[in-house]
Amino acid sequence: MTDAGIPASLTTLPGLDPAWSRVVQVPGAATDTGTRSTPALRSWHVLDTGPVLDDGGHEIAGTVLAVHGNPTWSYLWRHLLTASLAQAEAGGPAWRIIAVDQLEMGFSERTDVVRDLPQRIADLGALTDALDLGPVVTLGHDWGGVISLGWALAHPDQLAGIALLNTAVHQGPGPIPAPLRLAGTTGVLTAATRKTTAFLETTLALAHPPLTAPIRAAYRAPYRSATRRRGIADFVADIPAGEEHSSTPALAAIAEGVRGVRVPALLVWGPRDPIFSDRYLDDLADRLPHARVHRFEGAGHLVAEDAPYASAVLDWLPTPGATPTESDAAPADHSSHTPKAEPAFRPLGAALEERSNDHDIAVVDMAGTSPVRVSWRLLARNVERLAAGLLGAGVQPGDRISLLVPPGPDLTASVYACLRIGAVVVVADAGLGVAGLSRAVRGAQADVVIGQRQGLTAARTLGWPGRRISVDTLPAAVAAALGVTASLPALMRDGERHLAEGMQLPPHPGPEEDAAVLFTSGSTGPAKGVRYTHAQLAAVRDVLTAELGLTPETGLVTGFAPFALLGPALGTRSATPDMDVSAPRTLTARAVADAVAASGARTVFLSPAAVLNVARTAHELSAADREALGGVTQFLSTGAPVSAVVLGSVAELMPAAVAHTPYGMTECLLVTDITLPDILRVADAHDAGVCVGRPVHAARVRISALDSGGTAVGAPVRDPGVLGEVLVSAPHLKDGYDRLWLTDLAAIRGTPDDGGRWHRTGDVGHLDDAGRLWIEGRLAHVLTTTSGPLAPVGPEQQVERAEDVRRAAIVGVGPAGIQQAVAVVETNSRARRAGLATAEVTEQVRAACATPLAAVLAVPELPTDVRHNSKIDRGALAAWADRLLAGERVRAPR
Amino acid sequence: MKVLVTGASGFLGRAVAVRIAGAGHAVTTLQRRPSGAPGVSDIRGSVTDAALVRRAVDGQDAVVHLAAKVSLAGDPAEFTRVNIEGTRALLRAARAAGVRRFVQVSSPSVAHVGRSLVAAGAEPADPEHTLGHYARTKAAAELLALSYDSPGLAVLAVRPHLVWGPGDPQLVARIVDRARRGRLPLLDEGAALIDSTYIDNAADAMLAAVERAEAARGRAYVVTNGEPRPVAELLGGMCRAAGVPAPSWRVPGRLARIAGGAVEQIWALRPGQDEPPMTRFLAEQLSTAHWFDQRGTRQALAWQPRVSIADGMARLAQSYRDEG
Repeated sequence: MTDAGIPASLTTLPGLDPAWSRVVQVPGAATDTGTRSTPALRSWHVLDTGPVLDDGGHEIAGTVLAVHGNPTWSYLWRHLLTASLAQAEAGGPAWRIIAVDQLEMGFSERTDVVRDLPQRIADLGALTDALDLGPVVTLGHDWGGVISLGWALAHPDQLAGIALLNTAVHQGPGPIPAPLRLAGTTGVLTAATRKTTAFLETTLALAHPPLTAPIRAAYRAPYRSATRRRGIADFVADIPAGEEHSSTPALAAIAEGVRGVRVPALLVWGPRDPIFSDRYLDDLADRLPHARVHRFEGAGHLVAEDAPYASAVLDWLPTPGATPTESDAAPADHSSHTPKAEPAFRPLGAALEERSNDHDIAVVDMAGTSPVRVSWRLLARNVERLAAGLLGAGVQPGDRISLLVPPGPDLTASVYACLRIGAVVVVADAGLGVAGLSRAVRGAQADVVIGQRQGLTAARTLGWPGRRISVDTLPAAVAAALGVTASLPALMRDGERHLAEGMQLPPHPGPEEDAAVLFTSGSTGPAKGVRYTHAQLAAVRDVLTAELGLTPETGLVTGFAPFALLGPALGTRSATPDMDVSAPRTLTARAVADAVAASGARTVFLSPAAVLNVARTAHELSAADREALGGVTQFLSTGAPVSAVVLGSVAELMPAAVAHTPYGMTECLLVTDITLPDILRVADAHDAGVCVGRPVHAARVRISALDSGGTAVGAPVRDPGVLGEVLVSAPHLKDGYDRLWLTDLAAIRGTPDDGGRWHRTGDVGHLDDAGRLWIEGRLAHVLTTTSGPLAPVGPEQQVERAEDVRRAAIVGVGPAGIQQAVAVVETNSRARRAGLATAEVTEQVRAACATPLAAVLAVPELPTDVRHNSKIDRGALAAWADRLLAGERVRAPR
Repeated sequence: MKVLVTGASGFLGRAVAVRIAGAGHAVTTLQRRPSGAPGVSDIRGSVTDAALVRRAVDGQDAVVHLAAKVSLAGDPAEFTRVNIEGTRALLRAARAAGVRRFVQVSSPSVAHVGRSLVAAGAEPADPEHTLGHYARTKAAAELLALSYDSPGLAVLAVRPHLVWGPGDPQLVARIVDRARRGRLPLLDEGAALIDSTYIDNAADAMLAAVERAEAARGRAYVVTNGEPRPVAELLGGMCRAAGVPAPSWRVPGRLARIAGGAVEQIWALRPGQDEPPMTRFLAEQLSTAHWFDQRGTRQALAWQPRVSIADGMARLAQSYRDEG
């Protein structure tokens, strides 16, 4: 092995240090050995941080062997080389990164030999033999992923981990992706990949956001002539498009071999990929069940350009010398995996099954012209039939079922049938909008979509994955057009037949099995899937029972998605008021009264947007409506804080009810609770923020203090008066995020290691002397001023006391650490234009606010988050204020 | 300490002389007109008079140099003679006389390159890219002064930004006068955040600079109240304090900058001493953000502003009421 010259054109490429660049001569392998006694030497160009690390005196932790795909080259991995060296310089583990240019590719040799998959794997082996490496973690992208896996399976003793970015080891049942099918056709192939740079340009155009011209030029650098591009064409031709292809057996062997991989694995994905869609991620995750998975929403095929994959890889790389933990590496044998069962686990469907002969009403649907009432007996039978029907239709335990069904008996039956057979329900709120919903359903990779005509039309039009089942029986032509293969009534009929024929439902799923994926509202970034196990969902039921005293007698009226489903689990009658569930702000006071009257429920549970509208429409109530509401003993509003005044006006409609505002989030539906009388009692306290009360039964709350830069770095404490991020632990806390491993890591960073599951909420606030939690805003909205971090809600409340101010937002302008606080207000007399507030309003606001304000701005209307009518979009306001106060001409914020 | 203050007949210079004297130092002043400052010894004359300057610095421990030609227009040679050569004469004399401390009073405009300044630091003075003769010559003078920093002579530059207060004949009086005549437009929205310095805080900062010269030597420091305000709010506050209507008509900032440049050129052709109604420099000052990171200044000078903008406005209003 000898080093040869470095390509001169490498010295000026952005992000690439020429010191990493080496050319090594390696004896050829497989075909290249030929019949000659001395095999030909092959000339490889590699980027290698080994020499730099040696010069720096670093002890090398291990080697990452990075393999690019087609038509890129080792340049793809430059961010990882940079980040790994920075980590070593900072005293962290020093990983040597070797990013190769495959033969025929990049600046490696053009050998005049067509290299198929087995040849390329052998080539890579010859290179690593020559380099004499220790433990190796493979990293591959695109078809480089397949080759890196081939190397991994051939070197089990050396293998320490595998990491993959957008790749595939299996062609799956469908045809190969269209762009490649096209490229595989002779003629087109040659034209696209060799004679012209079309294939190269198409690939480079897949970046989100687009690559800059210098980066694109860098990718093109080794492929400037048709001769230099021949490897690209040969590579495309090597995609095994049929059984007879020479690489097909090798690919099949890799696909199967991967199932035996036991070393830590990482799958990093950019879902906006026309070639390697989520389908292939799903396939790989299935083959590598222990793999850490992170989908970068918004990133695409060139995820290495689109997303911070390098920090993901470095965070994941196994600590040198440490034995992999149980969760990092695959269990040696799946059957020996014994779940840590909670002693008192009671399945979610237990109450329903116990009442399976009860003719009393379980669920009331208010959507039609008159209420539809379903008894416990009928609901239990429908659940059993549907469970059998789903099993008969091939739905397996662990399959994901996306439910695009509004709350009501159909949704309830579907949910409990899925839970019964161990299928995982995926629930995304229609309020996400079509685009948000589409991202959610795709991201969760549902196996089955159950929906009404509208939802199924979206599934068909947008190409969502999964078999489609309609809620109602559709005309055959419509069903065919929508690709619907079954309906709930048909499945129930089939299920009844299966049961009559002796089908036995499987045992109840264990407490540690996945039960549900609930999507967040998306008000704080793209909606995230939150995974719950059966034990955790059962704990949600149990905390509602313990904290709110929900019993079979109390009943429950709610249109608020996750809670609407819990009635049967709680063993209590539930009713959904007539409303557009995608727009909770349309719920009227009359609809609530009707649902209460029809169900006799004594507990009403509303979202904050719904509370506002109920208060607004109270004048429509008849005497009979008011009488029905008079029977309500408990009224809850959860989500964004609602003012005591609005809460009080709704509580007046239910004079016998105690009003509560529990605080929670999709990740932990109930964290704290406070009643309206207690809210009024603390109204005079000097604490900043909104008091959300004390932690509920079994929940624990801690505060992680903010540093001067507004980052929550403090060790979790329960000391009063400390401003910081709110941390929560509870039995009913989520299991984790779905395919968002980095988000999972961030959510548990620095949380107590006490055996409990903890979660960073992203909310900031403090605890008071009495152990009550006060919420002061979102972590992302904290200002960093020269006097330290400043949470917005406290000063906003002060500003809102100014006479002419209706609502206020406090935002920061200027750079972090020296931000100036600015008040943006909505005034009682609507401002004509967005800009500086009048002198009078400015004076009032400054007088009301103890925090120094650089400016007071007024807008006709504060922009609010679409989903939460009540949440002010502080991010948009801050960006607008920043530009306006820098003297730029800007449009009003929206 | 014995301290020489130059330019003490000006608004800031007089306040500085009074403040330093009030702290127990023996203050001598040098300027052409009587300083009017109680408790100081005046020497009358120009800083361009080398012999006079040598006499003035003799026996002093420190020099605070404020004397300068401050104007938006005028003969370029005159700016150079006063602002650069005057400073040179003073520095030479100070070094020769064994003066230990030299505070060069400068301006943020010496580093102003015509863009908005948001949480800016004290960038190096840049004579080539400044706007107008004043800023250019003050930039050169600051560079010159800092080049004299040496083991025997601690030199630092202090750049107070938009100094205002009761009795200010420059900023406040002009604004109020224009507003009274209805000739004060706001540029754009008038929303650009600008820093300003209440007079007492500026004087305090100069005293701190003299006292902390050894530790803070060799650098320039921007001094402000650390309370940026929208330009319309600041100007409006001054007008209200004076009992005149706040400006309410708007001119696009870009237009004002172009017009300002044109006016400057026309004024340059006109004989006479009056000031142009608008210059590019002024248009930029009033339409782009100008606020500064004060953390470094406050630490180096061990100084904090004592009078907030709100209190300063109240004092300004009181002064106008007292004037009747």
